[in-house]
Amino acid sequence: MASSRRRSATVSMETTSLIEERMMEKEKRVFDIDSAASLVKDLRGSFYTGKTKSYEWRVTQLKSVIKMMEEKEKEILEALQKDLSKPELEAFISEIAMTKSAAKVALKGLKNWMKPEKAGASITTFPSTAEIVSEPLGVILIISAWNYPVLLSLDPVIGAIAAGNAVVLKPSEVAPATSSLLARVVEEYLDSSAIRVIEGSVSETSALLEQKWDKILYTGNGRVGRIVMAAAAKHLTPVILELGGKSPVLVDSNINLEVAARRIVAGKWGANNGQACIAPDYIITTKAYAPELVEALKCILEEFFGKEPLESKELSCIVNSNHFTRLAKLVDDDKVSGKIVLGGQRNEKRLQIAPTILLDVPQDSQIMMDEIFGPLLPIITVDQIEDGFDIIRSRSKPLAAYLFTNNKKLEREFVSSISSGGMLINDTVLHLANPNLPFGGVGDSGMGCYHGKFSFDAFSHKKAVLHRGFGGESSARYPPFTPKKQKILKALLNGDIFGVILALLGW
Amino acid sequence: MEMVGDLLEEEVKELRESYRSRRTKSEVWRKSQLKGLLSLLNDKEEEIFKALFQDLGKHQVEAYRDEVGILIKSVNFALQNLKQWMTTKKVPVPNLIYPSTAEIVPEPLGLVLIFSSWNFPIGLSLEPLIGAVAAGNVVVLKPSELAPSCSALLAKLVPLYLDSKAVKVVQGGEVVAERLLEKKWDKIFFTGSPRVGRIVMTAAAKHLTPVTLELGGKCPAVVDYFENSREKKIALKRLVSGKYSPCSGQACVGVDYILVDENFAPALIELIKATTKRMFGENPKETHSSSRIINKQHFLRLKSLLDDPKVKASIVHGGSTDEDNLFIEPTILLNPPLKAHIMNEEIFGPLLPVITLKKIEDSIEFINSRPKPLALYVFTKNETLKRRMISETSSGSLTFNDTIIQYLCDTIPFGGVGQSGFGNYHGKFSFDTFSHNKPIMRTGFLTDFWFRYPPWNDYKLGILRSAFTYNYLRFVLLLLGLKKA
Repeated sequence: MASSRRRSATVSMETTSLIEERMMEKEKRVFDIDSAASLVKDLRGSFYTGKTKSYEWRVTQLKSVIKMMEEKEKEILEALQKDLSKPELEAFISEIAMTKSAAKVALKGLKNWMKPEKAGASITTFPSTAEIVSEPLGVILIISAWNYPVLLSLDPVIGAIAAGNAVVLKPSEVAPATSSLLARVVEEYLDSSAIRVIEGSVSETSALLEQKWDKILYTGNGRVGRIVMAAAAKHLTPVILELGGKSPVLVDSNINLEVAARRIVAGKWGANNGQACIAPDYIITTKAYAPELVEALKCILEEFFGKEPLESKELSCIVNSNHFTRLAKLVDDDKVSGKIVLGGQRNEKRLQIAPTILLDVPQDSQIMMDEIFGPLLPIITVDQIEDGFDIIRSRSKPLAAYLFTNNKKLEREFVSSISSGGMLINDTVLHLANPNLPFGGVGDSGMGCYHGKFSFDAFSHKKAVLHRGFGGESSARYPPFTPKKQKILKALLNGDIFGVILALLGW
Repeated sequence: MEMVGDLLEEEVKELRESYRSRRTKSEVWRKSQLKGLLSLLNDKEEEIFKALFQDLGKHQVEAYRDEVGILIKSVNFALQNLKQWMTTKKVPVPNLIYPSTAEIVPEPLGLVLIFSSWNFPIGLSLEPLIGAVAAGNVVVLKPSELAPSCSALLAKLVPLYLDSKAVKVVQGGEVVAERLLEKKWDKIFFTGSPRVGRIVMTAAAKHLTPVTLELGGKCPAVVDYFENSREKKIALKRLVSGKYSPCSGQACVGVDYILVDENFAPALIELIKATTKRMFGENPKETHSSSRIINKQHFLRLKSLLDDPKVKASIVHGGSTDEDNLFIEPTILLNPPLKAHIMNEEIFGPLLPVITLKKIEDSIEFINSRPKPLALYVFTKNETLKRRMISETSSGSLTFNDTIIQYLCDTIPFGGVGQSGFGNYHGKFSFDTFSHNKPIMRTGFLTDFWFRYPPWNDYKLGILRSAFTYNYLRFVLLLLGLKKA
């Protein structure tokens, strides 16, 4: 009797501790406002020790990012295949190589970037020396997107680290394999006292957005961008919003059509099957040229992806069924379903949509209102190529705008009359690979920019430091005020040395 | 109220048309606006002084020093440099990308909304306006309703001297501001308090409008001991005028409080008292050397800061207030309790707390335990302390051995960090704040690298790998077929 009681006591103790363990695990898994607050507190603590400010720390972290990309390449490519069915080479270039390149650019430039910048002497503050000192902002929140889940997570993190900040990264839950891989490898390779990954979706992101950050960089869509900025406003936190838009391609005639078509196809379907913020969204060309253009695109598409594009391994899948349904709806819309000139095949089970071209879609159709973010390419035709400008200008400013032409005049007009985040003449997408160019939007396509030194600047505070001497003191600055003082001030503020002398002499 | 909305809609419509006509993009237009501002400031100097005296009791020399003179300097600087600011900047192309050119073209953002504040109602209205027109934008300026004479003057003069279809002044208070914030702007520039800054940014978020917020904070002045008596005298003048002179302490970059070594404090206070008397006279109210408090609400706010008995007990000089004339005497307090309101909110008035520390280096921790200020002033000749201040504290700006003067310098950015704001302006930074720097890349049709394109294979992968690792030799060997992928 006693032993059975003892046994049941042991059993109930075991059960209790098992329950406790499970409850603790559950608590650990729930990332709520308190967890977010304590996370920020931790990171601020790390930041205040000053460790992230040192050149050595930044270099170590950046080198570790490169090491991480090299050693975990296979796992990263696998995760990308799982989440997006991204073709290996595309994934290698656009995510691994680009990330490594960003880290290398930062390593190369860091010493110079960290140096204070001497500011020109100003006569009004003579004698003085002035400089602009870059200092880290503190604790940064980076919210990334699902379409380039590695690049869009780590590229901003690289910038934040280079600038000496502590960072929290929230990868997109829509690419779950990559998200959990990032959580794992970042902890393994980077300094987790200052760099953390928080996984999750809406509730975790909301908990993070409740906190006070020193800067937030968000990559994604305008709807959530508004939510992020409004949350940031409560704490007066500056934000960078890398959003999207409908990036137009204006195609003139008298160009090398084969090369142009290749570049359009690569930029559209070679970029995550159109699921990229700077992928060409729609084309505008003349009624006369359209048939040739469509033929050229058809040829290239067959060359790249074969006769059965759904069988091709070179195309990413649609990321999930929500987006698949969204895209299907765009194409099935009465206004445009009859306009398909190529493609239209799809496989819902495998989340595949073939490259689809639509010709002469009405400008008020849904496919011409929303950012497509998929493998559908509408072509709008106009009488004169210049008419395309009004169409582009009547819409919100896109993240990228592309023009294919040999006509210098048209090119000049395009550059001066169309506003977009960035522009590329006679090619697509590539401008983001130049680290000397800022990458960011304008208007609805976003605010702020990064890449290369712009990343360093994005996550720095440019502190003006003025060293004043005691010479050149003029009592004209101070009360009590007299008309003579006003004359001196007038001359001083105008850098008019002669005037100063005259005023001092009593003229 | 609906009429306000309709009126504003008409104005904004006209602005959009002006912008669409593209005339504001031309260098000629921009220069004409800047010249117009210059003429306005020169022709109407007397009227400006009068309005500032009416709104704030500002002495005309103070008005010239802090507003008119600075604006003239800024307009001239913009005129001199505009062409250079507008030019396209060529940018290097990394070797990986084939024959291409890259450049950055600054372009205007479009419709700009500027909110200015009441303490430098002319200066803080027109300084951002200089940047906005220099960058080729169309503008609505909403001056603060708390400085009504200046607001009315701007509404009268700006349409006379500038392109009235492209630069407009809209007068009004909260209701008008709300109506303005409902519209979609391409940029909003706000100078004012953090409380209203939040409202502006929240409204801007609805339209994804970028903002620059020039806010305030408690700007500390750290005062180290000075051996040289001449330098000490100059430092004191700069310190005292940095507190009490610009608009009677109602300035975002004004000295808010002082941090000093407890051994030096008594001497410092005596020096401040003496310098204050010399500058403002025995009877400051009579000399008109300092401005009024802007209105009753702020007067009572400042008065109530002194109501706390522990704070009152810490007053060592001044403390008298005159509600009828909205005048508060330059006041010094020694070690008011750190938990009191006066040490936790931006004072924005002529009350100067002096906080003593065991040693001057403790000021670093003191400053860091508080929100980042717009300006930090440090009076010292100690190079080690200077270096520590630069690297261990964060503030919008840091000035050694002077106060306020960084505001005049065209070559450094003026703006806050953390609670004191974000974004910046002055000089070229003004131009940049109201511009979009658009990157443009151009390639030709002549060369095309076939390995960029699908279908993919190991060979292409090998080439791209070497290209991305800048391994040119391998790249060439692969291309020539002299090496296997």
